[in-house]
Amino acid sequence: MRGGLRMVGEAVSVARAGAGWMPRESFWLRLEVLGAWLLALVWLAPLIYAFWAAFHPPAYAIRFELFAPLTLENFAEAWSQAPFARYYLNTFLLVSSILAAQFVLCTLAAYAFARFEFFGRDVAFALVLVQLMIMPEVLIVENYRTMTLLGTVDTILGIGLPYMASAFGIFLLRQTFKTVPKELEEAARIEGCSFLQVLTKVYVPLAKPTYVAYGLVSVSYHWNNFLWPLVITNSVETRPLTVGLAIFGAPESGVDWSIITAGTLLAVAPLLIAFLLFQRQFVQSFMHAGIK
Amino acid sequence: MSFARSNQVHIYGWLLLMPAAIFLIAFTYYPTVATLAHSFFSDGTALRPSVFVGLENYKLMLEDEVFWKVARNNFWFALGTIPVSVALALLMAVWVNGRLPARGLVRMAYFTPTVLPMIAVANIWLFFYTPDIGLVDQVLGMFGAPGHNWLGDPDTVLGCLIVMTVWKESGFFMIFYLAALQSLPPELEEAAKLEGAGRWYFFRRVTFPLLMPTTLFVLINAVINSFKLVDHLFILTKGGPDNASNLLLYYIYEVAFSFFDEAYAATLTVVLLAVLAVIAIGQFVILDKRIHYR
Amino acid sequence: MFECLKRTLAGTLLAGALALGFASGAWAKVELTMYYPVAVGGPLTKVVDGLVADFMKENPGIEVKAVYSGNYNDARIKALAALRAGQPAQLSVMFSIDIYELIEQDAIIAFDDIVETDEERAWLNKFYPALMENGKTGGKTWGIPFQRSTIVMYYNKDAFRDAGLDPDKPPATWDELAAMGKKLVKKDASGQVQRWGVMIPSTGYPYWMFGALTMQNDQVLMNREGNQTYFDAPGAVGALEYWLGLGKTHGVMPEGTIEWATLRQNFLEQNTAIMWHSTGNLTVVKKKAGFDFGVAMLPANKRRGTPTGGGNFYIFKKTTPEERTAALKLIRFLTQPERTAEWSMKTGYLGTRPDAYETQALKDYVAKFPPAAVARDQLEFATAELSTYQTGRVRKLLDDAIQAALTGTKSPSEALGAAQKQADRLLKRYR
Repeated sequence: MRGGLRMVGEAVSVARAGAGWMPRESFWLRLEVLGAWLLALVWLAPLIYAFWAAFHPPAYAIRFELFAPLTLENFAEAWSQAPFARYYLNTFLLVSSILAAQFVLCTLAAYAFARFEFFGRDVAFALVLVQLMIMPEVLIVENYRTMTLLGTVDTILGIGLPYMASAFGIFLLRQTFKTVPKELEEAARIEGCSFLQVLTKVYVPLAKPTYVAYGLVSVSYHWNNFLWPLVITNSVETRPLTVGLAIFGAPESGVDWSIITAGTLLAVAPLLIAFLLFQRQFVQSFMHAGIK
Repeated sequence: MSFARSNQVHIYGWLLLMPAAIFLIAFTYYPTVATLAHSFFSDGTALRPSVFVGLENYKLMLEDEVFWKVARNNFWFALGTIPVSVALALLMAVWVNGRLPARGLVRMAYFTPTVLPMIAVANIWLFFYTPDIGLVDQVLGMFGAPGHNWLGDPDTVLGCLIVMTVWKESGFFMIFYLAALQSLPPELEEAAKLEGAGRWYFFRRVTFPLLMPTTLFVLINAVINSFKLVDHLFILTKGGPDNASNLLLYYIYEVAFSFFDEAYAATLTVVLLAVLAVIAIGQFVILDKRIHYR
Repeated sequence: MFECLKRTLAGTLLAGALALGFASGAWAKVELTMYYPVAVGGPLTKVVDGLVADFMKENPGIEVKAVYSGNYNDARIKALAALRAGQPAQLSVMFSIDIYELIEQDAIIAFDDIVETDEERAWLNKFYPALMENGKTGGKTWGIPFQRSTIVMYYNKDAFRDAGLDPDKPPATWDELAAMGKKLVKKDASGQVQRWGVMIPSTGYPYWMFGALTMQNDQVLMNREGNQTYFDAPGAVGALEYWLGLGKTHGVMPEGTIEWATLRQNFLEQNTAIMWHSTGNLTVVKKKAGFDFGVAMLPANKRRGTPTGGGNFYIFKKTTPEERTAALKLIRFLTQPERTAEWSMKTGYLGTRPDAYETQALKDYVAKFPPAAVARDQLEFATAELSTYQTGRVRKLLDDAIQAALTGTKSPSEALGAAQKQADRLLKRYR
């Protein structure tokens, strides 16, 4: 709510600031502004519709009348039809366990690549980058076999395992670590830090923005990920929100948009609210992750 | 080097790399190699064990009409999504980077699809595309256009998926352009203004060439996504009608987990891996050139 | 990490449960996991949970975990995958047509090998024969009917009145369907259709609808052994030509494919006067229709006909004798006449056995709401649903052929001919 207000406030102030831009400029510029707004409207349309259908009785799901009555019934109905609480928990466990593992694994590897000229480093790094292309999605069949062997089918761990060593994360952190001045490291060493202490006391704190950026990218990716979790999970205890939602809204059961949009909003709410509240940080983090 | 004698450097380096390496080997390199190996074996069931069949699976694949159709679809899907989403991303970034009224809201609007799961919004798009009672037909109906069976017509179904994918992706790509635009020195634009250069001229001759590395990066991401992004198929079309909207990865999923033919699924995966490998090699060649250029 | 925690927790719980069990002198609980799918409307999960809870109350020695696993395809995929992964369920409701696939994977055990008493043997014969067709092969019973359905014709009586038709005389033949459909089509001033005559869904389960049309044309789609299909038989081609003609020639149905999932909404929005759909939608339509509607048997050409559809109970092979006994107990509980009646009333699915319709509850319900009996009466004309070895693939071949014909990329005979040729290739090795 507050985020929304803040955004409106921001929009108003931006509009005021932009006022100077408008008048003397040509017709074409106005057309551009109109185009930008129109595109924004189209881009928001699915979300606007989701709010419409979810907050109105089913009779208005596909009929748009300004004074249609509002209701929260659809949310109650959706909540009672699927174990959303459990799905939230699963997704939360999933994204946090992946993130934790990624931070550890990628930090260690990135440190090695950034500061150790070990034998075969360049070949190893090239091999790591291969994963940027061959993502786990492509290998669902083979990874499924592996999970069977490991006994991790239908576990949250099983969903996370293929993503834990992330080439993207290693790459990103390596770039950041490389910008850390060597003098800092040397100073730490003179004070008697071991090389792992140097990592945790010097490199990691300095790379904080990168961790935030990578963390946000990772969380939103895995919050929304679908294909692999669909393949590997079988039960309510492990299904993340996306898979639960797909099953809940499976078109087979006959689409009831009021309830499906309510369920959809339930599923995206945490991420969406976080995004609205921290919009600037989100965008800047993604930019930070992309700029390297 | 920072840490003591050089052989220690090798040991520490590899020790640090080890955990990540184990994961990468287990879930990327090994399955890649295993996929290749399995494509030379027949599929085994409980009553019929798997045997070595050489290139039999590949022969089957070449004779499989659905495979060719899926490959063609994927080609058109890539061709439809990549240029449009990249161009739109650039346009968005330029707009949002300028002094647009209500810029924050517009930027949020463009970026929102990135944080929404594809699988969730697919149901909403299903409503948009539903004939007669759907939003697209309702809007078109206001202008007197007849209803159209968007997802039920093989001529329009792939287009519908392309539109949805562009919607999903361009806001994400916009961010990369936005980052690049903001790192351009503002003096450039001021200098151009003094020289009386038009906006379009400046964009064409200065901004766009400077954005080239970003464009490359975004392009590669777009190409990968066009082979990786199939979530919406599960809700919207399941690849139909008559495979008109089926894509390679979805077909692999179908073959592996609906027909339980893992050998054939492995064969199809090899094709997908080969395509990605070609893209990767292309990327290195282009990137190499870029480095010379600099 | 938390997996570890989960195990520990589970272990503690189990130990606790065991301790309690021994203290009260009872034997350790038999634990059953059952997957089940939902393919049509209504919050069926609640109903299943309720039934299972009743069972556990009556049988404290058996612990049942019912897992809702998506649509029929998902359910089969999940059950088989879990089986391969070595953490199988003991029983599952799966598509009745999955029988050959399950046998080939050596996944299930025949009920004949589990039943012990005469009473249990007699129980196997309590169900409607038409519903058992998909559950039997090679002289053995592998599946017990549970959430079973047929296709029925829902029609909008208000629309019939509006078009000057008798609302109590729904079309009974193909010709009538086309003729009445024409009267039911309503166009606005600009010639744009506002209400279609009829819609037959052609995504999701096109082969199923097609099974009805071919049966009405006196042609079945496959043999009893599940290793031979008849896609290109003249009766089948004729059926597809009629289906295509409803849109193309008669103009009573939109051209192209019609979405299974959104069809009910179309009907409820009065966007079509007639729809063919599963009986499983009956309860939802009844609850949501804002107009007077009727339910009728599908029309006939050479004869009446519909395939049965839906899910059967299967018991997996990887089970202990105790688990099998417990699973059988559960299945028998869930298929008692009273439960079957309750299940049918809450969902619209068929009562799977004649004596379910003899219960007072269902008798009253049918008297008050006659459409509930249409599906049962239609069973007389019903046949098995398309089911063969390599079912997933063969089905898709037919689905693709139907969609190719309906969207005009191939002619019916061409599309079905090609599908038959490929089906032959797949099924050759099972003959």
